[in-house]
Amino acid sequence: MIKDLFDVKRWEAFLKVLPTEYIPGFIMTLKVALAGLLLALVLGVIFGILSTMKIKICQFLSRAYVEFFQNTPLVVQVFFYYNCLPFVIGGRVPKFWLGVIGVGIYHGAYIAEVIRTGIEAVPKGQFDAAYSQGFGYLQTMWYIILPQTMKMILPPLTNQALNLVKNTSVLAMVAGMDLMYHADSWGGDRNFFVQAYLPCALLYFAICFPLARLARYLEIRSKQIPSAKKAKGVA
Amino acid sequence: MVKVENLKKNFGDLEVLKDINLTVEEGEKLVIIGPSGSGKSTLIRCINYLEEPTSGEVYINDQLVTKKNRSEMAKNYSSMVFQQFNLYPHMTVLQNLTLAPVKLQKVPKKEAENTAMEYLERVGLADKANEYPQNLSGGQQQRVAIARSLCTKQKLILFDEPTSALDPEMVQEVLDVMIGLSKENITMVCVTHEMGFARQVADRVIFMDDGNIVEEGTPEHFFTNPENERTKAFLGKILH
Ligand SMILES: Nc1ncnc2c1ncn2[C@@H]1O[C@H](COP(=O)(O)OP(=O)(O)O)[C@@H](O)[C@H]1O
Ligand SMILES: [Mg+2]
Repeated sequence: MIKDLFDVKRWEAFLKVLPTEYIPGFIMTLKVALAGLLLALVLGVIFGILSTMKIKICQFLSRAYVEFFQNTPLVVQVFFYYNCLPFVIGGRVPKFWLGVIGVGIYHGAYIAEVIRTGIEAVPKGQFDAAYSQGFGYLQTMWYIILPQTMKMILPPLTNQALNLVKNTSVLAMVAGMDLMYHADSWGGDRNFFVQAYLPCALLYFAICFPLARLARYLEIRSKQIPSAKKAKGVA
Repeated sequence: MVKVENLKKNFGDLEVLKDINLTVEEGEKLVIIGPSGSGKSTLIRCINYLEEPTSGEVYINDQLVTKKNRSEMAKNYSSMVFQQFNLYPHMTVLQNLTLAPVKLQKVPKKEAENTAMEYLERVGLADKANEYPQNLSGGQQQRVAIARSLCTKQKLILFDEPTSALDPEMVQEVLDVMIGLSKENITMVCVTHEMGFARQVADRVIFMDDGNIVEEGTPEHFFTNPENERTKAFLGKILH
């Protein structure tokens, strides 16, 4: 191991494939993560709101989505899409979309729960005020409730974003052309494990660490957004 | 302006409103009093459909209020002032006042802001336009809430114990604003125990007990010769 770590020849080999294997893989991972996060956020907001509506079918749909995708492994889900989606769409699924759909739907289920918790923490009086002015349910959510949940949901949301980035690596298992796939196919073939996985990890770190810093910053900033106090005793 | 017919409201097994009939004329100032838990809040929350009646009807301007049209009805006819103010905490005072006019009533932003500033002037808080609600005292927040309910220019304002959550020294500043309002042709339905205020502005007072309207009359009637034993007992308590 230690000897491998300082094997100059191997590092030279790595530097050669850095622009041809690692960088394209890194970019693929980045693209999948960004688009996947967007999909996860959209799904999370939609299902989070559905779960707070007082309509049975909406609550059921939301519950079913959350429970199913939270309680099955992401790997299984991605293998399922990989093998079954071609029958549905009648052709090969581009690897990019496979990744986006995989992490997007999976993390959407977690984000839906984050959003639901956030909405439920807003005092009921805020809904009353909005309805009394004539806002409908979705308008109330958009203008009044969701902005107030920010402070509470930003930290767990960031956590989801971080995990999402890391989870894009499951694409490697279906030859997803992502960072982990390239690292593994290059280094694995040659037994250059240290040179394959250490830079790979550092590249993931390079995305996740700034994200964590950004999240910390947003968290501090969001503390400056005032939120409604819980009503004490309401007669 | 408001007509309530055979209104009943249950929460589970609890009968909170038992067959309420009530008419409020346009421009009338109605005060609702009654012990805690008697159904006052539930009644006025049924008027703007914050609570769904179990049975019976509510009409505003001769139009039946339903689950379907409640937003439309609120937008056009009624606004509400709450015990806990319920200002939007993530918005400045000015944004609180202009949100509904701009987003719902499609008033141009500049115009809505001018209107908002006029009303803030009226409640004596023009200098607080850019503050967040949390930086205001309770009395100030409630005055902002009243200004917010005025900005949408509905003809009916429902007040649910607007001074009950306030420190005693702030009650009067809010009542003063409401007294000022009462000189206008706005229909006011106020749940309040401020009998001085009732005496000064109310055209009519109703006393609720246990989900029923037990007695109604002028404020003078309640001060001088209330008939119902429950009314007497209740007034005895709040008037000392
Ligand atoms: N959302 C609710 N769910 C269950 N019970 C409620 C609810 N709102 C009010 N109640 C009950 O209905 C009764 C009347 O309440 P309310 O109308 O608030 O009375 P008041 O405003 O006269 O004090 C009380 O017993 C209260 O506990
Ligand atoms: Mg009440």
